[in-house]
Amino acid sequence: MTMSDTAVLEAPIGVGDYQYGFHDPESEYVFKSRRGIDRDVVHQISEMKNEPAWMREFRLEALDIFFQKPMPTWGGDMSGLDFQNMFYYVKASAGQEKSWDDVPEDIRKTYDRLGIPEAEKKFLAGVKAQYESEVVYGSLQEDLAKQGVIFTDTDSAVKDYPDLVREYFGQIIPSADNKFAALNSAVWSGGSFIYVPKGVKIEFPLQAYFRINTQNMGQFERTLIIVDEGASVHYVEGCTAPTYSSDSLHSAVVEIIVKRGGRCRYTTIQNWSNNVYNLVTKRAKAYGDSLMEWVDGNLGSKLTMKYPAIYLMEPGARGETLSIAFAGKGQHQDAGAKMVHCAPHTSSRVISKSISKDGGRASYRGLVKATHDAHHCKSNVVCDALILDSHSRSDTYPYIEVDHNNVTVEHEASVSKIAEEQLLYLMSRGMTEAEAASMIVTGFIEPLVKELPMEYAVEMNKLIELQMEGSVG
Amino acid sequence: MSSLLKITDLHVSVDEKPILKGVSLNLRQGETHALMGPNGSGKSTLAYTLVGHPKYEVTDGTIEIDGTSINELDPCERARLGLFLAFQYPVTIPGVKVADFLRHAVTNIRTPERKEGEGLIPMRDFRKELKARMEELGMDVEFARRYLNEGFSGGEKKRMEILQLAMLQPKFAILDETDSGLDSDAVRVVSEGLRKLSGPQMGSLIITHHERLLEYNVPQFTHVMLAGRIVETGNADLAHELHNHGYAAVRERHPVEAAEEQEVQQKSVAPIAVPV
Repeated sequence: MTMSDTAVLEAPIGVGDYQYGFHDPESEYVFKSRRGIDRDVVHQISEMKNEPAWMREFRLEALDIFFQKPMPTWGGDMSGLDFQNMFYYVKASAGQEKSWDDVPEDIRKTYDRLGIPEAEKKFLAGVKAQYESEVVYGSLQEDLAKQGVIFTDTDSAVKDYPDLVREYFGQIIPSADNKFAALNSAVWSGGSFIYVPKGVKIEFPLQAYFRINTQNMGQFERTLIIVDEGASVHYVEGCTAPTYSSDSLHSAVVEIIVKRGGRCRYTTIQNWSNNVYNLVTKRAKAYGDSLMEWVDGNLGSKLTMKYPAIYLMEPGARGETLSIAFAGKGQHQDAGAKMVHCAPHTSSRVISKSISKDGGRASYRGLVKATHDAHHCKSNVVCDALILDSHSRSDTYPYIEVDHNNVTVEHEASVSKIAEEQLLYLMSRGMTEAEAASMIVTGFIEPLVKELPMEYAVEMNKLIELQMEGSVG
Repeated sequence: MSSLLKITDLHVSVDEKPILKGVSLNLRQGETHALMGPNGSGKSTLAYTLVGHPKYEVTDGTIEIDGTSINELDPCERARLGLFLAFQYPVTIPGVKVADFLRHAVTNIRTPERKEGEGLIPMRDFRKELKARMEELGMDVEFARRYLNEGFSGGEKKRMEILQLAMLQPKFAILDETDSGLDSDAVRVVSEGLRKLSGPQMGSLIITHHERLLEYNVPQFTHVMLAGRIVETGNADLAHELHNHGYAAVRERHPVEAAEEQEVQQKSVAPIAVPV
């Protein structure tokens, strides 16, 4: 069958091509550490940041753990990672900027192309945009501040709210948790710090925008969110990186505490260029009658390994993870969820959707665990995979560790291909083959996309469309 | 001038097995044709072939619209030329809302030269039109927000096909057992709906086992298929006769095709068409 090639002619972007493939001249950097990592580099980072001694100690201790821990032998291929050939700290401008107009010109240009100020005008409650390793631009609506909400970058939080930070930093994810958590703990920079006081409900999503912009630079942001009793927050983070020829590492740590009766939703859409190793540790602890939700979209990158976890600590706690992965040419998305039931009468739900195409590989790797006294727990896991061609791949690795009889764990998995009959049906209504395939894929992820804030839903659908263009015919 | 869908000596194979063995039929805009015949005689094969199902291979003969062959066109291009099939088994497209799907479809059909990524028809106009068509068909407007055919009852699916027909206003509509598997109320709704849509701008080819649809949409021509050929063509009386007396008389009048039919049935373990 011959196909019309309008899609291809319009915009020749396939999977693996990165739509934001521009980058700024690097000459304006204020400080850049030398390649590689050792105690001197960590000392230097800590000094540049003018940190208290306890944080420097924390970093150095984590560095030792990083060197001791072996590389993981499961998941994806990390043989291309060379820890001694990367930059661990880059400072782009001299410090916090007060208003948009103060942000340096080329950085502003980058943001303009990503639509940041536009987005802010629309409905953002507050914006923290991370450029390189420091936050250079941020604003927070006054009424939030009046309610006692803290939304800042984590570096500032260390200085301005030392008691809060010391109480929780590294408590959810200790440095010894895994090799990449240890690396992050040693060299972390930037990330968001949020504290929502008791009973305060933030109506609008808080957003941060991340962007890697230096060749061979690892980005190690560190996010800590504390939702106090009865409070609620929705935090949204989107990431996008320009294309570079050599490999980049993104290894973030995100820690969240949701206290009794609180609610937290953490939404991420990551769209890394396809040379980035995206190895992220995310974990939340949810206390009595609280709700923690991860909404996680993974596009791009060379290898993503990310399994947002929720520890359900007290009765009535609920955890929910919605995740979607799109693996294109040369990409491996190894993503999933962990639900750990540490108390009776807790419940969890995981919905995972993956799409693989052009030889891409999407794996679901998930854990449902119930400790021995966690009776009357419920967990429901649904994994749907859509494979768009015969040389792409999808795997499911569900791990279930439950000792107790009184625990209900349901796991459903399905793998499907786009049915010829579905294509025929849509094409017989005037869709081209590419449009029809794109519509089917968009429908496949709709249950997740409808959970996103409007702006992200539009972006997500646009990204999927771009990924699908020129894919058939 | 009215358009003409001209089928000439059409031979079609599925998995190299010949199903249609020389079908000829002229369908003009404004005409109503009934296509009848026992299970396995090739009615649905003709419908799928006309719409361009890739599994149905035309080995000989032509399908033309106004003198231009559409044999090599894909289903999308055929749809944009005004061909429509109301499917016997409409598929589910999870996560795609009826309204979004229809807005794309209507835009593509009405502006076939549109390039992907260019604007769709204005939302306000589309909504107004969709609402009006749904009301005419006695459909709840909520339907527009549901996912296409997901969780639809048999009757709802068939009504959705008629709604698409109403929105796309094709020159040639093929209805493949749109009345099958429905209770009598649903058959009435679908039959009335089709009647409302019929007119000088639409030619219909109605594939049916039942008479109700034809009571509301009286055919000028009735064709009878047997073993991959149209063996008889008559008027509405022929449809009536077949409905009352079955195909025994037809088989008697066409012993060669009847024998072929029997041979094929004995060879195949499963029937070609799934009886409902």
